[in-house]
Amino acid sequence: MPALTETIVLARTRATAARKGPSKNLDTLFRACAYGAALLVLIVLAGILSAIIYGGLPAFQQFGLGFLTSSAWNVGTEQYGALVAVTGTLISALLALAIGVPISLGIAIYLTQLCPNWARKPVAMTIELLAAVPSIIYGMWGLFIFAPLFARFIEIPVSNIVEGLPIIGTVLYARIPSGVGVLTAGIILAIMIVPFVASIARDMIDQIPTIMRESAYGVGCTTWEVVRFVLIRHASVSIIGAIMLGLGRALGETMAVTFVVGNANRLSASIFDPGSTIASRIANEFNEADGMQLNALMALGCILFVITFIVLVAARILTRRVRVG
Amino acid sequence: MSTAAASVTTDRQFQASAKTGADTNAPVRIAVKGLNFYYGHFHGLKNIDLNFHDRQVTALIGPSGCGKSTLLRTFNRIYSLYPEQRAEGQILLDGMNILDPKIDLNDLRARVGMVFQKPTPFPMSIYDNVAFGIRLYEKLGKSDLDDRVETSLRKAALWDEVKDKLKQSGMGLSGGQQQRLCIARTVAQRPDVILFDEPTSALDPISTGRIEELIEQLRDEFTIAIVTHNMQQAARISQFTAFMYLGELVEVGPTDRLFMNPTERRTQDYITGRFG
Repeated sequence: MPALTETIVLARTRATAARKGPSKNLDTLFRACAYGAALLVLIVLAGILSAIIYGGLPAFQQFGLGFLTSSAWNVGTEQYGALVAVTGTLISALLALAIGVPISLGIAIYLTQLCPNWARKPVAMTIELLAAVPSIIYGMWGLFIFAPLFARFIEIPVSNIVEGLPIIGTVLYARIPSGVGVLTAGIILAIMIVPFVASIARDMIDQIPTIMRESAYGVGCTTWEVVRFVLIRHASVSIIGAIMLGLGRALGETMAVTFVVGNANRLSASIFDPGSTIASRIANEFNEADGMQLNALMALGCILFVITFIVLVAARILTRRVRVG
Repeated sequence: MSTAAASVTTDRQFQASAKTGADTNAPVRIAVKGLNFYYGHFHGLKNIDLNFHDRQVTALIGPSGCGKSTLLRTFNRIYSLYPEQRAEGQILLDGMNILDPKIDLNDLRARVGMVFQKPTPFPMSIYDNVAFGIRLYEKLGKSDLDDRVETSLRKAALWDEVKDKLKQSGMGLSGGQQQRLCIARTVAQRPDVILFDEPTSALDPISTGRIEELIEQLRDEFTIAIVTHNMQQAARISQFTAFMYLGELVEVGPTDRLFMNPTERRTQDYITGRFG
């Protein structure tokens, strides 16, 4: 077979042909660049961390553990404590999850299971567009449009109804129904995390094999039962991941929250009352702060960092547990 | 496991492997009458008339795309999940037309169980996988439920392998075990009919053998319809075989007769491996 031998000979000559260009050096440079890019992240992260810790250290030294448990924030007497901001951060973020997660799952389930094909793209696009809205816009809208309406149609009527009732009469009572407060911040945050959680949950539910869904319907499940017992459980790991991502965003969100949280340094049992979060406190005061106030703000930053880190670790542990079980 | 193209098997091998003869007098559980099926504009099934007899295994064979799975998927109306798919004609399950829009699909699917191409254990424990379908329809006490789960797992020949780990996830079993778990889940609902859609296509030969034995045993209690790509499998486990081609039912009859004496030229060509 002459043709075949010819091909083999041709292949050999090709293989031994010398390569052109200074490929060796370029390759080394390329590797070094990639290493450098990866290293840069670590360096920047380490830099930020040490700067915050260094800045916050004086506050921690002066107030000790009392910094975490004190609700004081007095620039005049130089007394600072993180309690109000930390509670505000946690409560507004948890409210955001409580409101946002059911809505997100509802959207994901609607899009994957119930939505007619032609409507899928437009609806999904609209929801993803929510993610593209800058947070300052949410803040403005929240303060000028949402808050007054919220005060008029929710806070005042609800306060009138629950006044005097035990527990609920405290939690849902607005002393000054201004519309801004921890719950308002939670609602605005919920709107902001919905597109993230919804689109991840949708992708995850979409990835479940059709056959799994069919076999759930095949044993006679209703749509609710298919979703509740099979689809959500099947995607539970990724959904927990999505929720944690939303929580991370809610914890650190600054601009929108600063507008609507009320920025009061007051520990109130009512979610209608104004409060503040770590991020809003820092954003409000950083410009004019110096001395111990600056150190205290830095310390607040450290605490926020630790909280988000704990959320991340918790997400890891949770997802691992679910995967095994 | 040979493919259709590679299996030029003699008639005698088929004869030797078919274990039980067909009972042509068995009452008809499912009667398909003038069934047409459409995927959008595509005419997937053309005027099918076919009977499924009580406690007999009926195999649907034919080349890919011939409509055998489509036919199977009409019996529990699973195709109704997809709005662009529709069926016309009649399918009578014990005399009741299941294509009637008024039919309760959830009840129908509990009466007509289905086992799929790949194992589909639900993300829950082995026990809950079996108990799941029961709980949807019956309120049983704990001990009754335990009994039913055990019986179902025994019927699926899985009990001995899982009895010590009922609380563990069903996803942790091997492929063959998972498929038997799905069979147990189906059996637990006490359906009238069990549909198998290529139940062994994702399994190794040993697991396949066990599933085949299992189907033989299940025939004592259930009416069974099975779609298979594997003609030897059809010959081994079915009493009736229907050969389909391009959306038409070409020939149906007792398995022994169909494989030894096909009346249609196309059937003969297919079972001798001339196309497929």
